Amino acid sequence: MLIYLLRRIMQSGFVLVAMSLLVFLGVYAVGDPIEILISPDADQIEKERAIQALGLDLPLWQQYLVFVGKALQGDLGRSFVFNEPAIQLILQRMPATLELAFGSMFLSILIGLPLGLYAGLRPNGAISKGIMAGSILGFSLPTFWVGLMLIMVFAVQLGWLPSTGRGDTAMLFGISWSFLTGDGLSHILLPAINLALFKISLVIRLTRAGVRETMLMDYVKFARAKGLSPFRVTFVHVFKNILIPVVTVVGLELGGTIAFSVVTESVFAWPGMGKLIIDSINVLDRPVIVAYLMMIVLMFIVINLLVDIVYTVLDPRVRLEAKA
Amino acid sequence: MNTLEVKGLSTHFFTRAGVVRAVEDVSFTVGRGKVMGLVGESGSGKTVTGFSVIGLVDAPGRIVSGEILFKGRNLVGMGEEELRDLRGNRIAMIFQDPMMTLNPVLRVDTQMIETVQAHQKVDRETARQRARDTLGMVGIPSPDERLKSYPHQFSGGMRQRVAIAIALLHQPDLIIADEPTTALDVTIQGQILAEVQKLAANTGTSLIWITHDLSVVAGLADDIAVMYAGRIVEQGSVDQVLDVPFHPYTHGLIGSVPSRNKRGVALRQIPGTTPSLMSLPPGCAFKTRCERADGACETMPALAELAPGRFARCVHPHLETLPA
Repeated sequence: MLIYLLRRIMQSGFVLVAMSLLVFLGVYAVGDPIEILISPDADQIEKERAIQALGLDLPLWQQYLVFVGKALQGDLGRSFVFNEPAIQLILQRMPATLELAFGSMFLSILIGLPLGLYAGLRPNGAISKGIMAGSILGFSLPTFWVGLMLIMVFAVQLGWLPSTGRGDTAMLFGISWSFLTGDGLSHILLPAINLALFKISLVIRLTRAGVRETMLMDYVKFARAKGLSPFRVTFVHVFKNILIPVVTVVGLELGGTIAFSVVTESVFAWPGMGKLIIDSINVLDRPVIVAYLMMIVLMFIVINLLVDIVYTVLDPRVRLEAKA
Repeated sequence: MNTLEVKGLSTHFFTRAGVVRAVEDVSFTVGRGKVMGLVGESGSGKTVTGFSVIGLVDAPGRIVSGEILFKGRNLVGMGEEELRDLRGNRIAMIFQDPMMTLNPVLRVDTQMIETVQAHQKVDRETARQRARDTLGMVGIPSPDERLKSYPHQFSGGMRQRVAIAIALLHQPDLIIADEPTTALDVTIQGQILAEVQKLAANTGTSLIWITHDLSVVAGLADDIAVMYAGRIVEQGSVDQVLDVPFHPYTHGLIGSVPSRNKRGVALRQIPGTTPSLMSLPPGCAFKTRCERADGACETMPALAELAPGRFARCVHPHLETLPA
């Protein structure tokens, strides 16, 4: 186990290095931030000074080395726009995105698993067919449109829920969270539903497929032949087996949600990381973009590792050893 | 009283492509402590017969007619709760593939204890001791440690022993063994057969031993029923049927078993394949593969008692081999 973890951490290091190169080159290719950052009226000397101050006069490989050197000390650069450390900017926005992502994840499991289970156990029932048809909608409706519709119906017409911002927040561990106050919860509900819709459909389909496959296994029939109650057969024998694919996908989806909930955050004016990255891309704020992408890479690595560890709990045949 | 009397059992599967008559008008009796061999090729309906007895025929299949009298009680039409109480308790089943019968994500003790507790209100520790003792009885060394193992930590033969132990937990009156040794090595097969025979003799448990292997039946069973295309074509005591088979199909089966006496002589084959159960021709189902078939075989012959205790369903039985 320990050896496995060490090896995983080393592998992760390589991934990080490779990604930093890619990200750095990619951002470099996107465009010259000077054109955007400096007013067109500035004279040549001012321009030169700005370029030097931002370290943009060095050749690319030197810029990269400077970046790596500083990154190793925990400094991912200062934002050109805010003149604040990029990492600090991102961390400020992170709690908002995290609670939104986890909220939507929670909803998708809370709703998706039972519905998928039901649809899997009664594949021919009318309700099951309704659930499956609904899940197709969840897959195919574009997020921004659903977001707008949610605002239209629940915020504008019914007036039940607020449509923008985080609402009241409460402090926990020195960070402000929305989900700790009633007002904050009412603010988080609509964007979380919006973000969860696709994932609910995904979990429904995965669960249903898993149940249908598992129900045909000999060990399920054997469990029934032992005279176990249908409840125990379903919730112990079948359920534990379908959790493996669900955990995999939910884990990866969680990463995706944290990293790329841009659309939902924009629609609901949710002050999270997604909005920050979109704004930074618009003004070519390189340090923020690079820092953001690096953090996302790190996050995916960590989530993958956690998912692998959860596997060993769920499936005794998985051993975290030697060949990883 | 006989442990089991099956009378005129028919189990059909109502598929979209048509009705599959998997079991048609099957009758047999298993006395207390007796072993009845149910023999036939794949698709002859022997497994479905077994599942019918234990009440585990899944949709689209169902028992359409007949009676299954278990110690005088008719299982056909019995409520699901009552059936569940018998399953694993008074009637147990062992499956063909030991690699698939045990749930891969549950420990052996979990799978055994739940079986004990499904039918008896005993605490976990008592159930555990029962599980351990039964494991020891079927020849698993150091059962205490093995209880904590997962199925994948056992070999195929050991897994089948665990499955047999689970079947024995409540000392059932009847065990339905569906080709339990087919997936095992010949040496392991021999050991398991010997164990089962001993256990059945000691506990008075009756057995239905489903197999396609005549040599297994020869050593184990008291009575035999040969199935072809969903019907019993020959029935009687094992010694008599194997020594002097009446039905051309039984004849063919015995002729196709290699033996020392037939060294150097080409084994006889039964030409052709089993007909599709969905489109059985009228009359004897074996007529297309039978060298004795003629016009008279166009009507289905009845299962007739051709000698005391000897039944065969044939227009032209091999009566000439009967010692005068």
